[in-house]
Amino acid sequence: MILVALIAWPFIAGIAAWLAGRRRPELARWVSALAMAAGLVAVIVEWIAKAPDFSLTGHGPFVASVHVAWVPQLGISFFVAADGLSLVMVTLCYALGLLAVLSSWHEVTERVGFFHFMLLWTIAALVGVFTALDLFLFYFLFEMMLVPMYFLIALWGHERRVYAAVKFFLFTQIGGLFMLISIVALYVIHGRQTGVYTFDYLQLLGTHLSLAAATWLMLGFFAAFAVKLPAVPLHTWLPDAHTQAPTAGSLVLAGLLIKIGAYGMIRFMVPLFPQAAFRAAPVFMGLAVLGILYGAVLAFAQHDLKRMVAYTSVSHMGFVLLAIFAWNTLALQGAVLEIVCHAFSTGALFAIVGLMQDRLHTRDMDKMGGLWLAAPGMGAFALIFALASLGLPTLGNFVAEFLILLGTWPVSEPAAVLGAVGLVAATIYALWLVQRVFQGRETPALALPDLTVREGVMLAAMAAPLLWLGLYPQPLFNAVRPGLAALQQRAVRAPTPTAPGAILLSPPAASGSSTLNAAAAQPVATDTSDAPAPGGAQ
Amino acid sequence: MLHLLFLVPLLPFAGFVVLALAGRRLSRGAIAAVGAGAVGIAALVAIAVSIDFLASPPAGHAFGQVLWTWLSVAGLKVQVAFYLDPLAICFILIITFVGFLIHLYSVEHMAHDDGYARFFAYMNLFVGFMLVLVLADNLLLLYLGWEGVGLCSYLLIGFWHKHWYNGYAARKAFVVTRVGDTAMMVGLFLLFTQLGTLQIQPLMARAAAAWPQGSALPVAAAALLLAGALGKSAQLPLQTWLPDAMAGPSPVSALIHAATMVTAGVYLIARTNVLFDLAPSVRMAVAIVGAATLVYAGVSALFQVDLKRILAYSTISQVGYMFLALGVGAWSAGIFMFITHAFFKALLFLSAGVVIDALDDEHDIFRMGGLRTRLPVAFWTFLIGAAALAALPIVTAGFYSKDLIIDRALQSTQGGFWLWLAALVGSLLTGLYAFRAVFVVFFGPSRTEPRAGFRAGLAVRLPLIVLAVLAIGGGLIDIPRGWAHLQKLDDFLAPVLPAATLRHGGLAAAFWTTYVPAVMALAGIGLAFLLFQRRRQEAAEAQTSGAARYFLGGWGFDWFYHYVFEVPFLWFAHATSNDLFEPPVAGLAWLTRTGWRTLSATQNGLVRSYLFVIGLGVAVGVLIVVLR
Repeated sequence: MILVALIAWPFIAGIAAWLAGRRRPELARWVSALAMAAGLVAVIVEWIAKAPDFSLTGHGPFVASVHVAWVPQLGISFFVAADGLSLVMVTLCYALGLLAVLSSWHEVTERVGFFHFMLLWTIAALVGVFTALDLFLFYFLFEMMLVPMYFLIALWGHERRVYAAVKFFLFTQIGGLFMLISIVALYVIHGRQTGVYTFDYLQLLGTHLSLAAATWLMLGFFAAFAVKLPAVPLHTWLPDAHTQAPTAGSLVLAGLLIKIGAYGMIRFMVPLFPQAAFRAAPVFMGLAVLGILYGAVLAFAQHDLKRMVAYTSVSHMGFVLLAIFAWNTLALQGAVLEIVCHAFSTGALFAIVGLMQDRLHTRDMDKMGGLWLAAPGMGAFALIFALASLGLPTLGNFVAEFLILLGTWPVSEPAAVLGAVGLVAATIYALWLVQRVFQGRETPALALPDLTVREGVMLAAMAAPLLWLGLYPQPLFNAVRPGLAALQQRAVRAPTPTAPGAILLSPPAASGSSTLNAAAAQPVATDTSDAPAPGGAQ
Repeated sequence: MLHLLFLVPLLPFAGFVVLALAGRRLSRGAIAAVGAGAVGIAALVAIAVSIDFLASPPAGHAFGQVLWTWLSVAGLKVQVAFYLDPLAICFILIITFVGFLIHLYSVEHMAHDDGYARFFAYMNLFVGFMLVLVLADNLLLLYLGWEGVGLCSYLLIGFWHKHWYNGYAARKAFVVTRVGDTAMMVGLFLLFTQLGTLQIQPLMARAAAAWPQGSALPVAAAALLLAGALGKSAQLPLQTWLPDAMAGPSPVSALIHAATMVTAGVYLIARTNVLFDLAPSVRMAVAIVGAATLVYAGVSALFQVDLKRILAYSTISQVGYMFLALGVGAWSAGIFMFITHAFFKALLFLSAGVVIDALDDEHDIFRMGGLRTRLPVAFWTFLIGAAALAALPIVTAGFYSKDLIIDRALQSTQGGFWLWLAALVGSLLTGLYAFRAVFVVFFGPSRTEPRAGFRAGLAVRLPLIVLAVLAIGGGLIDIPRGWAHLQKLDDFLAPVLPAATLRHGGLAAAFWTTYVPAVMALAGIGLAFLLFQRRRQEAAEAQTSGAARYFLGGWGFDWFYHYVFEVPFLWFAHATSNDLFEPPVAGLAWLTRTGWRTLSATQNGLVRSYLFVIGLGVAVGVLIVVLR
């Protein structure tokens, strides 16, 4: 039941915040902040309580689940469950929700109650998306989240907010429709084959599909998730949405919303259609590399600080896409870590941009420079997060990107090399950002007061996880390992030997007809089978 | 005592944390105490650990210390663990001890800078990362230190960030070295995928067991690691960042050139010598790059007018000697050169710092002169440093190390005549450019007077004197075999680094390799006296010739890279700044909006036009029916 509570809590708190905001705006902020903090504590307690279970066999990969019939006539149920992967995402939802509330403390002054209502409803839908295992429920929440997000951008955004909000809505909506067609088609095919009409993900996993059918259905899912991620060339909504959204909106967008794309591919797309997905992998890995490099170049070319940070997201999500199609333990663990670290590093950059815009009333980097002298605290934090962005070891993003590329190497050496080139490109844009904003000659016209205590604590709270995950990411790996292993058993990527003695980086194939259910019933494979043996020992 | 090893890198990191968090609230004295103290205590711990190691060598001549498991994913198990062996001892002693002297010097040298705490924070971080680099027991932790020193070089080169050029130089250093780092990272992918571990000792053992000498995989892996080493050690063709790195304060230059950063590449190759032994072609490339670089940088140094840029090119050149030594299999000779070079190069930068400080930030040597009597401490210490740099026979440390390398360049089975000749030419060039600086700066008529009341204090003089003593006497740890049996360093490093295999040379070879280099060094110094002491005026005027300007600019590498990499990148970035994928989307939106306007224009509420359209439709329909 904890999952239901975690989904319902922000809904309730959102209504409470709205009502409270009608009396006093301050009250809405406090209600939201406390609600998010309480939720975060609850998840962490749950995490600690369940942590030993992550490695327990027999319970399957899911640590909690709720299964209630919703529309039994159509095989729709309210089915939510969480494995380590989901739990990580839910924790992230609450953490970023709290940070989003804190970051809009001074920025949002109009319709404060309604703002927090929208914000918390977005978080609630996100928690649902990351735990839903009924495809209908998943789609329902996936779409539901668009509405409050649309209003967050359109009502509290910057100068071109309506344009950006409509663009965001249309892109996501159209991508989502393709996914809906795929879901319904899968539902019908599975029903005809087995006589059981259901949207239950665990049952649909076993559906036998011709390769052509699987490819079409897979593309439907890909359309939705590639828009979300975003993958080049479907990314053009993102810079506009980010630039125009209020800081809280950018935080939620960068930290959570676009992660649905990655999560959806890992949880649904690849396990449902493994052969089709792996057959298309070269194309998608090509898109991923294109995204890494193209996003980095475009980030460098921007003048609008917020737009620049938005394009760095495109580049980083390219790494995640690369990892998903490499589909081995190294790459997938890297992808999950990248999801978490990117949420904090890019979220923090957006927060800093928000603080600067609040003080300077501009986002134009051409008008900035030398701000380190006025605001060394802000500069130091910007430097830390820029360094995270360029993949500096000791910060989590490095571990993530290293694992992704290391996992990509046996699958595609060129993709790994080009991805590594992306790290050089990231160095160029990240240092350029620091140079243009904080170094160089002072701009006396700009008065930039340094961080307040609240802001400093907020940014430190975002830097701390990066340092932790950079130096000791093992707890995170342990938490998501059983879930990922189960997914990998469901979808086995044929190893592509690149050299004599190349190693097998994925768990061995489960028996042909096994579903995740069956895999879950079996003891979850330990990772030892993943261990690369010394190759080429003639 | 060995178990205190973790304190050696931890102390500088702790200093960094204290200064970064509380630096703005501490007094200057407290900042200096924390900054210099952290490295000083680390040096003491390093000495204690080394004495313990020497007194009772652990089994296998190595001591390992595991702190925690960094990550363990699918067979990739990486620990935060340190590995101390004779090679690592050489490096940690130099890093902490020379590093401490540089910190001590900075206490006074940087005393009036606004960013006092920030400076020491970055310096401590630099030392900490470098110690992690040389103590790392696996390549991923080594890479962490490797990137960390890259970051610190960026922070310190751009320390005075108000000037645009300093920021440019800092970014250049980071980006250029990162190009090499990225190649090295790809090397790590290759090594792990093929051999299943990143822990250095098992990795080397597996490589030796699995790979035949000269096969494709070790060649590829060694070449990728070499690319990383070329970037950090500023060797051709990735040397362009180092001359610009002079934008930072003088102690930073001393730290980068002597104790940290630049020698990282030498360490990496020495550490993975097994791999390089499996790839003879790459090892040959190391020797050739070293030989080419030492001549290239020697010629460039001869035409520089900025005192610090002369020293920068001299570092590139001397590290070229180290690469040459590594390339011909004279591993310990390369490390010997690293040690003596650390002493005299730190000395040169610190005394140059005194000169530059005394003349109110004057860098141009042709606007100096006659400083011998005005700045005696700087003069004598610079002179000793220059003599050691030029390998003045018998009396300087530089002679013993360089002489050994030149000897091995000819005598080693992997050496050869051309490598030897390049080393000899380099020797001549070194004497020439080193004493060009001495004569132009310290002799002749005075051009710029030192700031009134300038006097170097104790914190500046003490490091200079200690380093000067070491620049003279530091070579005695390893003297030529023909003279006496005193090869302390060679013996010490023997368990880690294999000895060079020598050809059977006769007396003639011994003559050519021992005395000719000495003569070349003396010839260089003599030539410098003739050219720059006797004919100062002409020398200054020759500086404006076309050839001089070409060499001043580092042989056009910057120009080449500018047009081949920067210009196309900037052009592409500019051309795509509005996103190439936006027009199709915008086009679609335009089409929709135009269609909507057109259609809604038809719904104008005029019965007349509705009737007209209906009539038109009927007419067209009738026509179609009739004409069919």
